[in-house]
Amino acid sequence: MYRYDALDKEIVLQRAAQFRDQVRRRLSGEITEDEFKPLRLQNGLYMQLHSYMLRVAIPYGCLTSAQVRHLAHVARKYDRGYAHFTTRQNVQYNWPKLHEVPDLLEGLAHVEMHAIQTSGNCVRNISSDPFAGVAADELEDPRPYCEILRQYSTFHPEFANLPRKFKIAITGAADDRAAIAFHDIGIRLVENLHGERGFEIWVGGGQGRTPMVAERIREFLPKSELLSYTEAILRIYNRYGRRDNKYKARIKILVGSLGADAFRDQVEAEWDLIRSENLQLDDAELARMATFFEPPAYDAEVSGVEAIEAPLLMDPDFRRWYDTNVFEHRQPGYAIVVASLKNGELPPGDATAPQLDAFADLADQYALGRVVVTHRQNLVIPDVRIQDLHAVWTGLKALGWAVPNVNQLSDIIACPGLDYCSLANARSIDVAQMISQRFNNDPELSALGDLTLNISGCINACGHHHVGHIGILGINKMGVEAYQLMLGGSSATDASLGKFLGRALDKSQIVEAVERVARCYLQIRRDADERFLDTYRRVGPDPFKAAVYSDDTQWRAA
Amino acid sequence: MSQLIKNRALVEDAWVAIDDDAALPTEGAIIVSWARWQAERETLHAYPGPIGVTLPNDVELDAVGDDHRTWSLVSIEFPKFTDGRGYSLARLLRGRAGYEGELRAVGDIMRDQLYYLERCGFDAFVLKAGKDPEDALNAFTEFTVQYQPSSDEALPLWRRHIRSGLNAH
Repeated sequence: MYRYDALDKEIVLQRAAQFRDQVRRRLSGEITEDEFKPLRLQNGLYMQLHSYMLRVAIPYGCLTSAQVRHLAHVARKYDRGYAHFTTRQNVQYNWPKLHEVPDLLEGLAHVEMHAIQTSGNCVRNISSDPFAGVAADELEDPRPYCEILRQYSTFHPEFANLPRKFKIAITGAADDRAAIAFHDIGIRLVENLHGERGFEIWVGGGQGRTPMVAERIREFLPKSELLSYTEAILRIYNRYGRRDNKYKARIKILVGSLGADAFRDQVEAEWDLIRSENLQLDDAELARMATFFEPPAYDAEVSGVEAIEAPLLMDPDFRRWYDTNVFEHRQPGYAIVVASLKNGELPPGDATAPQLDAFADLADQYALGRVVVTHRQNLVIPDVRIQDLHAVWTGLKALGWAVPNVNQLSDIIACPGLDYCSLANARSIDVAQMISQRFNNDPELSALGDLTLNISGCINACGHHHVGHIGILGINKMGVEAYQLMLGGSSATDASLGKFLGRALDKSQIVEAVERVARCYLQIRRDADERFLDTYRRVGPDPFKAAVYSDDTQWRAA
Repeated sequence: MSQLIKNRALVEDAWVAIDDDAALPTEGAIIVSWARWQAERETLHAYPGPIGVTLPNDVELDAVGDDHRTWSLVSIEFPKFTDGRGYSLARLLRGRAGYEGELRAVGDIMRDQLYYLERCGFDAFVLKAGKDPEDALNAFTEFTVQYQPSSDEALPLWRRHIRSGLNAH
């Protein structure tokens, strides 16, 4: 984990003090709400349907157990007992009072956290692979580069008022768990033919109203040039990105209108002018950052999977959880555990304060006190000894977080929807809960294998409906909530955008429609190893269209 | 004369903005538009007093060329608080074109932009009407640590301070 030094601490404390003064000026009427809005937004404070919402940054999703306990404290003191983890590995609180937010931020500063640039038209939280540093398929740990970019982008004076928000994700693994193809800049650690490590640079991915898969504009960027190249991209975007229309202001529109080649030429021309300047990363700085993320002192005297052979054989519930929620760790004798926050009881990504406290205790007792938020809105304990898996499972079960559904249909990503959001057209949370309950309680439907389902309550796509294997988009059909089904999206290495299957469905039919898609897949898949997405790509939409719509006049009327 | 912030202090504005269709005065520091500068470059070269030019925030450095060497002031307009093009233009004028005169931010300018504007090379600020300039002076000292290089600071933080890695904690 990165640890703040005195300089980092000063910055977050000064930010809290600055915001305290901004709130004072707002409350005294020295500044209007219109003037205050861009200030609070750069601090993650939104005005929602019923109250303010504060988004707190979790840089690349990484937390210590002490920070998790502090998030529980914030949930108790400033929210109504809940924390909500987001698709960009951040956390949101729904009920803070404006005059209390300065104290909240100061409290966060003392545990090395902040809400800087979690909103507004600036560089947002740098996101990454939740398995970073422990993944078995990783070329190199991306977190040092995330932290380098976090510091570089924090209060960057030139890029605080970009045309629109700007999101960067980095992965170092073969399997993309950071959705780099759907970020403004996506970065992949690669090795070139000479055995040197560097970065592949993707630009212009995004979702929202105009979903686009990013274009690769550079196959190999030397590590030393990470910041100079990023600055060149940001400058071209800041100068030439559209500002006349909010919905055409993301960098994807600029890349799309220029074409990837012309965009690259502009970036490279700018980069040539600045690459020899002081943004070059030297070996000493790279090595210093790497020290924060060195592997911990793993226990060499650990057993392998034979230690849990008995419970695996005798307890089918544990076995199922082990098969779906436990992932391969690079260190022999260790495993990565994903706690599923998708039990159908709370909205996807929600956690209560007692759950967070207990989870922090588990991370301390059975792992190394480190926790990671995933972009699918779950929580990871990355360093669990295999011999402790049964105990961890038991602990998670007590929290309701041992549902064996990671990367499966009921592991739903959903936006806050009409329950909280002022932009939404339809509710997302209740649809997610209805689907979870239906699928978790059916032995056949709860064992579909890798199948992601994402729900957004409007076309802004915060619930990533374009990139779910199954996507659901909430719309407002003449004053009534309705839902459109899309199939075939993926945010992983095989990135693709889903396609609408057919006309919108009523709320009462959406669960049935998803079930019909699932049952159709079970019928036509080649075998149990063929994922839903691969079946869909092989056969196309027609069988699914028939399953959902062929007799729809009857079941839709029923 | 109106007040503005120059080099972190309140001063009277000695400059007069001249409308495009108004005759040039016989003396004094004047600010003309970029359009007028381009149209009347020769006449303005002969003007006896200091010249300032207001640049649109999307002007290309190539178009400005070396003209700025005869200017004593450049004014960049911020049509909206959220239009950040002026920040990049300022950095390019300072760092790439080598402009050394007064660089003034005008338009939708409030206290909370001053820190970023100054870091991008602005040294003069005309606040939006109705804003307390005394209060705004506090903005320059709200932060004492900067991570990244910009017009005010050539080096990133790690080259200015000894920052330890984890092992030294």
